[in-house]
Amino acid sequence: MTGTVSRHATGTVRRRGAAEPAWVRRILIGAALAFLALLVFAPLAAVFHEALRKGAGAYAAALADPAARAAIRLTLLAAAIAVPLNLVFGVAAAWAIAKFRFPGRSLLLTLIDLPFAVSPVVSGLIYMLVFGAQGWFGPWLIEHGIRVVFAVPGIVLATIFVTFPFVARELIPLMQAQGSEEEESAIVLGAGGWTTFVRVTLPNIRWGLLYGVVLCNARAMGEFGAVSVVSGHIRGLTTTMPLHVEILYNEYNFVAAFAVASLLALLALVTLVLKNLVEWHAARAAVVPAAESTEPAPP
Amino acid sequence: MARSRQIRVLPGFGLSLGFTVAYLGLIVLIPLASVFLKSATLDWGAFWATVTAPRVLASYRLTFGVSFLAALVNGVFGFLVAWVLARYSFPGRRLVDALVDLPFALPTAVAGIALTAIYAPNGWIGRLLEPLGIRVAFTPLGVGVALVFIGLPFVVRTVQPVLEDLDAEIEEAAASLGADRWQTVTRVVLPTLAPSLVTGMAMAFARAVGEYGSVVFISGNMPMKTEITPLLIVTKLEQFDYAGATAIAVVMLAVSFALLLLVNVLQSWSSRR
Repeated sequence: MTGTVSRHATGTVRRRGAAEPAWVRRILIGAALAFLALLVFAPLAAVFHEALRKGAGAYAAALADPAARAAIRLTLLAAAIAVPLNLVFGVAAAWAIAKFRFPGRSLLLTLIDLPFAVSPVVSGLIYMLVFGAQGWFGPWLIEHGIRVVFAVPGIVLATIFVTFPFVARELIPLMQAQGSEEEESAIVLGAGGWTTFVRVTLPNIRWGLLYGVVLCNARAMGEFGAVSVVSGHIRGLTTTMPLHVEILYNEYNFVAAFAVASLLALLALVTLVLKNLVEWHAARAAVVPAAESTEPAPP
Repeated sequence: MARSRQIRVLPGFGLSLGFTVAYLGLIVLIPLASVFLKSATLDWGAFWATVTAPRVLASYRLTFGVSFLAALVNGVFGFLVAWVLARYSFPGRRLVDALVDLPFALPTAVAGIALTAIYAPNGWIGRLLEPLGIRVAFTPLGVGVALVFIGLPFVVRTVQPVLEDLDAEIEEAAASLGADRWQTVTRVVLPTLAPSLVTGMAMAFARAVGEYGSVVFISGNMPMKTEITPLLIVTKLEQFDYAGATAIAVVMLAVSFALLLLVNVLQSWSSRR
């Protein structure tokens, strides 16, 4: 009871000395919510409103369309290849960078971030320059009848490029903050390298890993610019879901465009829910190790 | 040196570093190098003529100008949103907090058609602005709306944690020394937040400069008026003008690398503070 009273008392002091009056608070909250409503909430609502404008029948028909089905399959395929590859890369990069000191380490960190700095359009262009008809390997590929650009391999490559840093960026700061003491103890006690990784490292990084995978997957399924450049837009063959949305939209088939877009919006919402769940678990899991950790957490 | 030898008790250094460098080289570095190697084969005069053509110059003005303005708008409103989320409690705060990340999670093409739908003259918001003589969709203002949308989370998510960690005692001290609330916020809180705010705005600007998907639907893509630089690269590629596309890409890459460097410098500045 005493505790409650004293906490209440400090709250009053803080409110009087270092907080805004209630009317200022209300205006600020109102302004922030109005801004978010115009910019973020309204577009989200518009996707579902436009998709269902002509009823559930038209919505279902748009999704049952063979070209839409093919686009969904291609999107799932690209993500199913890009996400595991970048997951393996992210773990390897984090192990090398967080557990060891070597020359060129900070350069490597910067290079891993490069795909985030490059415009999506340029990300697609680089694969045109390597594998396109006028590119380095273009003539050789044509001679051997192998298609990379304007075909599925190009789409997969562009997807891998744009989602490249996600897992590594989550894991590197996390593994740096955790240090290597636990792994070193396991090795000294006789555990093998793989056992140490699976039994000691993996449980420690699982939430960060999941977080990276969720973000990586969202971008892999939603990428537009890079994939658009290498796709060639062959309907039903080289169109992912975002590209299929563009084709339908440009044909003024708005209900179908927004129907496919609504699936991507649902994916975004699921991503946000998972992201928050993972953050919540990670915060709970971090309470104990954070208290023990001697190294400062990186920003 | 002793430290590094001690750390190498752990196995897998060669394997993990080798795989990392090989994968990075194959997926990122070699393809990116192709832009510079390709541009080295271009005739300098032709390169210069391509990157300074009037239509291309107009696209730089639009892309960089509107990206800058969008970063400023995000500086103001991103700060406001971060402040409200970090300092006040209100019903639905957690939901609003989660939805701030929507521009990160929503595919850009979906954002593009959704923003166009509501800001077009017959859309939910466009309809209200039309009688006031304000047109958003298919004008530079529309480009700005799309770029504010995609840049918002960068500012909010860089400022919000700093604001949450800010020691309440500093503000109480300022207040007890006689500062009113406005003075405390502008002279004590804002200078502390400035590095993270500028970092967030720089990140939003860098993202906006390269943005494609959310802009091409709402901009209308009129040459000289609402055509962004990334779209010009796509247009040149569609005409199989690889040399022209590469020349513009070199300019974009140089700007992107400069911005990446700037953001890194800003981040180390704000972490020192």
